[in-house]
Amino acid sequence: MITLRINGLDVTVEKGTTVLEAARFLGFPIPTLCHMEGLSPYGACRLCVVEIGQEPRTRLVSSCTYPAEEGLKVRTASARVLKARKMILELLLASCPQSKIIQDLASAHGIRTQRFKQEHEDCILCGLCVRMCEEQMMAKAIGFRNRGEKRSIGTPFDVKSDACRQCGGCIYVCPACQLRCTYAEPEKAICGGCANLSPPCVEKEPFDDMMCYMDPCVACEIDKKIDKR
Amino acid sequence: MKKEVLVSDIAPTESCRHPDMTNLLRIINKHNAAGGGLIAILGEIQDEYGYLPEDVLRIVSDQSGRSLVDIYGVATFYRSFSLKPRGRHLVCACLGTACHVRGAPRIVDELERQLGIKAGETTADKEFTLETVNCLGACALGPVVVIDGRYFSKVRQSRVGQLLDEARNGFDSAEAAKDKRIFALNVNCPHCNCGVMDETFALDGLPSIKVNVSHGGKEGALWLSCLYGSYSVAAEFDIPANVIVPFCCPHCERELTSASTCSMCSAPMVHMLVQGGGTIQICSRRGCRNHMLDVA
Ligand code: SF4
Ligand code: SF4
Ligand code: FES
Ligand code: FES
Repeated sequence: MITLRINGLDVTVEKGTTVLEAARFLGFPIPTLCHMEGLSPYGACRLCVVEIGQEPRTRLVSSCTYPAEEGLKVRTASARVLKARKMILELLLASCPQSKIIQDLASAHGIRTQRFKQEHEDCILCGLCVRMCEEQMMAKAIGFRNRGEKRSIGTPFDVKSDACRQCGGCIYVCPACQLRCTYAEPEKAICGGCANLSPPCVEKEPFDDMMCYMDPCVACEIDKKIDKR
Repeated sequence: MKKEVLVSDIAPTESCRHPDMTNLLRIINKHNAAGGGLIAILGEIQDEYGYLPEDVLRIVSDQSGRSLVDIYGVATFYRSFSLKPRGRHLVCACLGTACHVRGAPRIVDELERQLGIKAGETTADKEFTLETVNCLGACALGPVVVIDGRYFSKVRQSRVGQLLDEARNGFDSAEAAKDKRIFALNVNCPHCNCGVMDETFALDGLPSIKVNVSHGGKEGALWLSCLYGSYSVAAEFDIPANVIVPFCCPHCERELTSASTCSMCSAPMVHMLVQGGGTIQICSRRGCRNHMLDVA
């Protein structure tokens, strides 16, 4: 058993427990994006940053991958953590502004405007789909390809994979909700009718007084495009 | 008969229709034992085919029990692996930060202009493939260009043409003369002790070693460079990579195959006597460069 101190509270956990699990056990909220119960920790999004160590020598680590250590001092909501987390969210939002999951996280952290150029990427490389496919569906149909700015998710050689059983698991977990596994036959894709790409305001008559936390918002941009036509 | 000169170190670049299963299994089993070794397997396959053909990667996946996703991920991760057929000569220009500020973009432009292709492409005659890398770890020598595994430092625009010419003609011939480690050997048949040097057929500018080989029902002469360290060969007929050919003395016609096998590919070795004492053994598999020199 290991005892560590999170936000001033001592907690004793089993060896191998991550800081994230320990903090959640105590009820301290830590936002996560690429973490999911049942999948191995991956540490891609960095959203779960916490500050460890004693002043003045503290550092930021991703709590979902950091194992609990005896006597470790953790702060989950220090000024430094909040600043870093906000920046990470702003960057995530810039790369994938259409993602409902990221929008929700951003709004929950008080992000009201976008400072950075919107890229409208269709993937944030969180690796959830790859781990889902491998660890829960036992399929290993999709994976990371290339590296650096060319890094992408997909099947080998970009053709329909024999290993894929079209379970839709990868789409289910994806915060950007794209059909990764159906390159060849998109019409066969199983998709849960995702609400990601159609925020409610798009369907309704444009409400001038509608409360919206996003500025600019993809939905509004789609609207503008429709208007122009 | 028309003599067709083949240089042994040409990697086949055509897409491979019928991968040689036994050879692939040999490569896979050689490295697979430890559970790791994927990069070694891919490396050897690339040496063999010049690139990583899709059907071969699928075979590797089936035979080695690794998932295709992992293999594909590794194959696309490293710049040195190519999933597209490459040309005979690989030109790799560094575009890393240090080389960049020392003028690498101009070198790349010049290479692209002279070859008439863009980086990442192969010329229509399949002679050259041009690639770029981001740092080769030789920044102080930049701009660095690597052609067929040879590093050229502080390359200037004016030197590009000359480098490409040298590559076209083969660096081996250009450098053999200068290199002290490369020396000429005169050899005899171990059975009849007759000299097997052919004064009338020159390779690397020197008399060559002449033996008789047979493959696919055809028999004919094979000339090997007598320079130790040069792998130039010429043959009367085309011998595909990886086949094992029996070597015979052109005088007594007895087989030159020795009792030992190649330590790299386990094909039988061929042995000959070195004039002045000693023996030389070479591997009988086409494309395998294993050899042993034992000079008394
Ligand atoms: S749909 Fe295919 S690729 Fe996606 S998780 Fe299921 S098996 Fe894997
Ligand atoms: S496709 Fe979706 S789940 Fe997969 S890495 Fe990209 S964003 Fe994550
Ligand atoms: S949840 Fe920890 S890095 Fe993404
Ligand atoms: S930048 Fe070219 S070798 Fe490092």
